[in-house]
Amino acid sequence: MAVPSEKIGKRYSPTTYAVGREKIREYAAAVGYEHPLHHDLAAARAAGYADLLAPPMFVVVYCAAAFQAALFDPELQIDFAHLVHAGQAFSWQEPVVAGDEVTTTLTVTAISERAGLRFDSFETVSVNQRGQRTARGTWSTIVRGEGS
Amino acid sequence: MGLEAGQKLELRVTPDRYVTIRYAGASGDFNPIHIDEQFAREVGLPGRILHGLWSMAQVARAATDAAGGDPLALTELSVQFRGLGRPEQEIVLSGVVESVDAGVASVKLEARQGDSRLVRGAVARLRAG
Repeated sequence: MAVPSEKIGKRYSPTTYAVGREKIREYAAAVGYEHPLHHDLAAARAAGYADLLAPPMFVVVYCAAAFQAALFDPELQIDFAHLVHAGQAFSWQEPVVAGDEVTTTLTVTAISERAGLRFDSFETVSVNQRGQRTARGTWSTIVRGEGS
Repeated sequence: MGLEAGQKLELRVTPDRYVTIRYAGASGDFNPIHIDEQFAREVGLPGRILHGLWSMAQVARAATDAAGGDPLALTELSVQFRGLGRPEQEIVLSGVVESVDAGVASVKLEARQGDSRLVRGAVARLRAG
């Protein structure tokens, strides 16, 4: 399959996500996180946070729009029906709490083809409203060729 | 709560029947392979499959639980997704602390569901407390 390797390095317009208190509770419940810092406002404030603390993996919520914009970018020609999420890496820096606004910038870092499979990698860098980095992510996908 | 090299950790989680529906809403990932049984079968899957990032969140929990529960102990996590996770079947998350150096523990983890390895080669770094 032909891959648009000339799009390596493409950077998308930043997306900004406003972190809501109930969204943190909803996400934490969906993944079974019962830690009081994600649910109990008094506990979060007693621990020194301004509001409920987002779990580290909440990064996938505030990065979702940036990732989906790339996956559905016509220039990348990704066959969504045959897309597999192959790997994922995050590193975390500044904690995220309800009320934060997190801005994520995504860059295409790799597009390659091998043995009928297409491999893509994307990097996200997320910063809060004070310009402090909250997380960096590496998103790796595979597109299976037709019939494989 | 301090992690020590060689320490083993394990967490067992059984996703309930509707976990993919709740996770779709919470995460914004409404890919029908996760929420529509008929669609999933039509594209050759055994049925609705778990979101990989939900499984990654369980790996994260296994790591932070072992470090004493502080969610912010986790500073890095990388995973490779492999087998297809299914609702209503127990997942076993297991790991071992590979090293503790300058207050940072490096933990290797994987997630299995029956004979299927959902996540392999996961590496977490945690503040060892």
